[in-house]
Amino acid sequence: MANTIHCDIVSAEESIFSGAVKMVFATGEMGELGIAPRHTPLLTRLKPGQVRVQLETDEEAFYYVSGGLIEVQPHMVTVLADTAIRANDLDEAAAQKAKEEAEKALADRATDVEVAEAQAKLAEAMAQIAALERLRNIRKR
Amino acid sequence: MSNAREITTKIRSVENTRKVTSALEMVSASKIRKSQDKMAASRPYASMVKQVIGHLSKARPEYKHPFTVEREEVKRVGYVIISSDRGLCGGLNNNLFRNLLMDIKQWQDQGVEVDVVTFGKKAGQFFKRIAVNIAASTQDLGESPEVTDLIGPLKVLTDAYKEGSLDRVVLAYNDFVNTMTQRPTLDQLLPLPPTDDEQVREIWDYIYEPDAVELLDTVLTRYLESLVYQGVLENLASEHAARMIAMKNASDNASSLIDDLKLVYNKARQAAITQEISEIVSGAAAV
Repeated sequence: MANTIHCDIVSAEESIFSGAVKMVFATGEMGELGIAPRHTPLLTRLKPGQVRVQLETDEEAFYYVSGGLIEVQPHMVTVLADTAIRANDLDEAAAQKAKEEAEKALADRATDVEVAEAQAKLAEAMAQIAALERLRNIRKR
Repeated sequence: MSNAREITTKIRSVENTRKVTSALEMVSASKIRKSQDKMAASRPYASMVKQVIGHLSKARPEYKHPFTVEREEVKRVGYVIISSDRGLCGGLNNNLFRNLLMDIKQWQDQGVEVDVVTFGKKAGQFFKRIAVNIAASTQDLGESPEVTDLIGPLKVLTDAYKEGSLDRVVLAYNDFVNTMTQRPTLDQLLPLPPTDDEQVREIWDYIYEPDAVELLDTVLTRYLESLVYQGVLENLASEHAARMIAMKNASDNASSLIDDLKLVYNKARQAAITQEISEIVSGAAAV
């Protein structure tokens, strides 16, 4: 019992791993980390790479994380994994794309209204045709 | 009998409509489950990030991250609006938009400008008709939204907030209470409401690599993203639930319409038969 540590690997989208392990290995921003039970409390960012956990049965499990944070307390390790690859310029590009999409939507404003108008006209025409048809039926009788 | 034939055609068309609505109902019912599972799966991350933030803010009590500082004067407000991509889900989106409009109007009456970031087609279509500035928008998040899709639009707001051009950010989505109830919800995202997490009282501190301040920035950004992500998931579950209810009502209405039409049809048929008999009888009497 004393020689295991509880490890959680979670991402924003799902819980990836949870259980007691003997050791956790990860790539921190400042270097390789090997975390054994009763490690000093530590908080650091992770580089994209593997997180390796050594299970109680001495088997090893590998998980790929594209960055994130690792929080270490004497009795537990929490890996907050990013699901997306994060870099400042990538984020910037994503932000730019979202802005452009908003501008595009605004530019489409006219066409949208046109479509709605056309649809209204179509409905009107169809109603007229239906009325005419009914009228014709009545006359036949 | 031409009248009777008209009625049968009508019955058949209503029956076809009912087939479609009941199929949609069943599809939504199964999707609710899936989106609920996703909601449950995303919760541990949010709670753990929250814990870390609690630790961090205790470690550096003298340092205030801009995200946590309440600003005295509010000149511009940002809204993150989450809506569905598709319709046929009852009043779900409209209820949310109505609440939002009231909130937005309150700000505008005070002379505060409003920026919006929209997720989902419906919000995009709705808010471009309103006198607000759309800062960013995204649509087609689909059945399994990913955090990746949220980063861009959110960064637009967080950057504006850091620069000081935005003073407050609000998240608007439909909270999934249960299958019958979805509550339009407006939550304040920025400045982050203080976390009164009093559990962490032990006197120990982390070793920080590289630095508590830098880490806090990363953690807070992640936290915001996970909040919005959860809002997206809640809204997705709400959408399916609302659609299921709407489609169930439509199917029920179709059924009662069919019953009424059948009654009319039978009456018409009976009248035709009666008429025919009386014609035959009177014809026979004439001979």
